[in-house]
Amino acid sequence: MTPPHGLGARSGAERGERAVEISLRVPTDLEIVEEAVDLLARHCLASGLPPHTARFNLRVVLAEALANAIIYGNRLDPEKSVDVRVVVSRTGLTVNVCDQGDGFDPSGVPDPTEPDRLELACGRGLFLIRKLVDEVRFNERGNAICMVLRRA
Amino acid sequence: MSFTVRKDARGVVVIGVDGQLIVGNRHELKQKVLDAIEAGDRKVLIDFTNTGYIDSSGLGALVSLSKKLRDAGGDLRLAGLNEDLRTLFELTKLDTLFSIADSPEQALASF
Repeated sequence: MTPPHGLGARSGAERGERAVEISLRVPTDLEIVEEAVDLLARHCLASGLPPHTARFNLRVVLAEALANAIIYGNRLDPEKSVDVRVVVSRTGLTVNVCDQGDGFDPSGVPDPTEPDRLELACGRGLFLIRKLVDEVRFNERGNAICMVLRRA
Repeated sequence: MSFTVRKDARGVVVIGVDGQLIVGNRHELKQKVLDAIEAGDRKVLIDFTNTGYIDSSGLGALVSLSKKLRDAGGDLRLAGLNEDLRTLFELTKLDTLFSIADSPEQALASF
């Protein structure tokens, strides 16, 4: 398995503020999602998030966002990659996941808990992200998601 | 990350999920259940006692496996979910779709 590459961390002192930024370029490969999530989550252990949030919510939403980016964004094209940027600040954690796809309209995603959708095998990723983080934003094109987890 | 498969005395296939059930390994779990169905087994228990987290792909795999077993006249049950994992099932309302026991022992007794 090719390991994720492009990890880099800048200390807050370099930028004159109390923040640490972690960048990771993830290949379009579903087999690597677990390793990428583990790598990112371990670097966020000292982020000041409640331990439960760092251990569970962060890992689930990272896995969801990466899988969505790889499957629906990059459409499994191995020539493309997914850029992840995590900023740890005094207020919490901001996670940006950007794919190289055409983007989508998040308002058009149906509620997977509707009775007629309950037995579908897919369509729960964005729903779970919205439930497990404090704030979700998208860029205009719809190919980048920003997830905010606050410390308190 | 791995799956363990055993069969209890009453013929229930018990699959343990060690680590995560996510997009990268869900097909492996699906194949193990499909192999059991192919071999004639109809009662399957998935044990999450040693599972850290499940993503939506993992949940989706469980939904489709449950349907496959039902269609074959069988039953898929779940056990050993910690509080976080239970929350995932509650948020997605999948707790209404599955039979979920606190422990594998309780689940096996319920078959």
